[in-house]
Order: sequence, then C-alpha cells, then structure tokens
Amino acid sequence: MAASKIAIVDYQAGNVRSVQKAIEAGGGRAEITGDPDSIDRADALVFPGQGACDSSMRQLISRNLVEPIKRFIASGRPFLGVCLGLQLLLEDSEEGSEPGLGVLSGRVRRLPAGMRVPHMGWNEVRLQIEHPVLAGIPDGSYFYFVHSYYADPEDKSVVLGTTSYGLDFCSAAAWDNVLAVQFHPEKSGDLGLRIYRQFVELVDRS
Amino acid sequence: MLTKRVIPCLDVKAGRVVKGVRFLDHRDAGDPVEMAALYNRQGADELVFYDITASADRRGIMLDVVSRVAEQVFIPLTVGGGLRTVADMQQMLQAGADKVSINTAAVEDPDLISRGADHFGNQCIVLGLDAMRISSDGPPRWEVRVRTGRDSGDRTSLDAVEWAARAAELGAGEVVVNSMDSDGTLDGYDLELLRAISESVTIPVVASGGAGNPQHMFEAVTEGQADAALAASIFHYSTYTVGEAKDFLADHGLPVRPSPRS
Repeated sequence: MAASKIAIVDYQAGNVRSVQKAIEAGGGRAEITGDPDSIDRADALVFPGQGACDSSMRQLISRNLVEPIKRFIASGRPFLGVCLGLQLLLEDSEEGSEPGLGVLSGRVRRLPAGMRVPHMGWNEVRLQIEHPVLAGIPDGSYFYFVHSYYADPEDKSVVLGTTSYGLDFCSAAAWDNVLAVQFHPEKSGDLGLRIYRQFVELVDRS
Repeated sequence: MLTKRVIPCLDVKAGRVVKGVRFLDHRDAGDPVEMAALYNRQGADELVFYDITASADRRGIMLDVVSRVAEQVFIPLTVGGGLRTVADMQQMLQAGADKVSINTAAVEDPDLISRGADHFGNQCIVLGLDAMRISSDGPPRWEVRVRTGRDSGDRTSLDAVEWAARAAELGAGEVVVNSMDSDGTLDGYDLELLRAISESVTIPVVASGGAGNPQHMFEAVTEGQADAALAASIFHYSTYTVGEAKDFLADHGLPVRPSPRS
C-alpha cells in the first residue's frame, strides 16, 4: 500500500518547510501545495500559519483556498491546524476585520494587557481530554509558542489543552476529524515530533 | 508558566562556528550542524546564528548551514548577519530560519522592520541591538553600534534604550540586547542596560554579552528582567552544558523547560 499523502497548505504564511521536515521525521510524506485540487485529493491536511489573521485570510481568498479547506474539514479526513491554523478556524478576530473560516464558533482575542507580547517561548499544556495524536504525552509538557492572539471557542467541549499566560487560554482544540494547536509542534523538540509521528500514524490508519 | 529561555549563540564564519572576545580575535569552535544538534540534545530552548563572514559568497554558505541545521534540529532558529532586505529575510526563512535578526540595516533603514513585520509577522523580526556604554557622569547611557561583525563597529547617534522602544513600535517582535562592553569577558551581562530596556518595551528581551556562568544568567532574568539569556563561550568550550545552566536556574526557583533527559 502506498504511503498516505499529506498536504500542507501553502499560502505564504509561515515556515511550511519545517512542518514538512517534521512530518518526514515522523515517517510521513507531505506535499507543500497551494493547489485546490491537490488539497481535495489529499488523505490528510495540515494547515500551518504565522503572522496576522487578516493578511492570511486575504491570501487564502486570493488563492481560492477557503472553500477547499472547508470542504476538506467537512469530508471527515484528518486535519491538523497549527498556530494561525487554529485561530483561522474561528468566526472572527479582534486582530482585524476579515471573518475567519468559521468552522468553529467563537472569536480570536488579544492576549491580556500587561503581558509581554508576543507570548514567545516554552509553556505548559495541560491536557483536558485524551486524543490519539497526543497519546503518551505527559500532562503539563512544554511546547514552543509564539503568538499575540488566542482562540476562544464558544463550545468548551472542544478544548483539548489549556495554557496559562495572563489567563488560561485554549492551546489545543479537537473535535471529529479536527485537531488544532496554538503551539508549534515542529519547533517543540522530541515531544513535538511525536505529535507529527502520531498524526502520520492516525492518517495511515484512516 | 512561560519558562525562561537559555539560548546558545553560534557566530558562523565561512561555515564554521567561531568565538572571539569583544568581537575580535575569532577562534574556531566547531561545525555548526554538529554543535546545533548537541545543544538541542542538551535542552537548548532556541538557537541563534550570526553570520560574520565578510566575503561576497557569504549568503550561499549561510543558507546551506541553516538548511542543514533545520533538517535535524526541531527548535526555533534565529539567523542574523548581513540581512538588508525583505528578500534576504525571505531566503533565510525559506531555508529554515524561524526568525531573522537585523541590526545595521534596521538602523540605516528603520522601515525595514515594518516591512519585514508586514511580510512575515512581528514574531519573525528580531532587533539585534549592539550597545556600548558612554562613559560620563550622571545616569548611565548606551549608544547603538552598527557594523559590529568585524570589530567594535561604528558609532551612531542613537540611544540604545530609545532605539529598542522605537524598533518595538515599528514591529520588532523581540530584541536581543548585546552589551559590547561585556561581550566575551565572561564577567556577566550589563544588568543596568538590560533592565533599562526591559522596562521600556513590552516585547521579549534576550540578554547577550558577558555570560561566564549560570549565576550570570540568573541575574539577567531576575535583576535584568530579561526573558531569555544567550551565551556562547561557556557552551562552546564546554565550561557548562546547557542542561547544567538550566538546572541551576531551576534550582534557584526560576521556571525552565526540563532538559530532555533530566
């Protein structure tokens, strides 16, 4: 059986090469693509991102990627969002005026005043529920964060992990076929690579 | 809780890591890829690479170094040295850098900070700030120096504390504060400089220049109020491992990410 094909959405927002290298280190095969057809055909989709919500949404719109990403999520195939790839799933953001993808009810909010922003560095993720991709990762493990805004989903049952920085925010969310994390597993050493490896394993099983 | 970061810094000249005292007298310290992998195993929270190659083919050599490091080291990488345009930044980021550090080019063209932040996000743009104390009576002051790759650099009329604040307003997401008086001395960071800048910006501050032992790092993040401590010599010459430095900070009550094997 051929290895599963994972697509990484390329829309000029962030370090997609390191995501690809992390997937390869996890035993998977990933294609960096901005082509809607390639996304439609992929077995799994990784949606990374860095920078500002507004400019990223405009990139997605101009590249005709909004509908393919929403269609992929609705198809039930495994989906992994990273950093902005979590925030863009929500309806809107305090950061700008463009609406998000809106596949998850809630807003993206600014980290509280008085904290150094960006929230940059290694912080703990407290796991609220179990997930196969996070299997074996100890509660309270440290992952690498760099962001100024955070996802605030309305439905708290999707909150998979929380992190404290001026407040407790949702640092990982999961429902159905979707897993999305605020931190950067591809920059979080061995534990981060484990997340990609277990994502690859999940994709191969599905 | 967000941890205090310990960051080994690797000066790279023609593809090799070197370490000098006060920016001069560079000695060979090793292969950048091997050293990056070693520091990663020891629990480094990030790595910083400065390209100090003077020759015209510098960019190609550094892109190759960054790309090879990013193949095997999965922690954040900052790259600086000679980056002058958004296109230069883009090349480094595509090679595998997560952040780019600019110093001289930012002083000469402050808008480069904004253009970089617009393209890649604030989190990608690090201000490298080389500061030298101005000897005078009264409260301490520091002057920004540029073109510091080769020697003690050129003077500017910029006040270091004011420049850090301005760069943050322009869109820098982090500032590496390097004391040229302390660099390579192993006598400790310039804590007054660190505190002055930490109190004037709300972006993360990285202490650089002067680390001789983990106690100095402790002082940088407590008295100096820095978020991270960068060091070169003490790690390159194995005076301390990164893990030992972090254990010291943890033993003294600071939050650090546990080393992978501890």
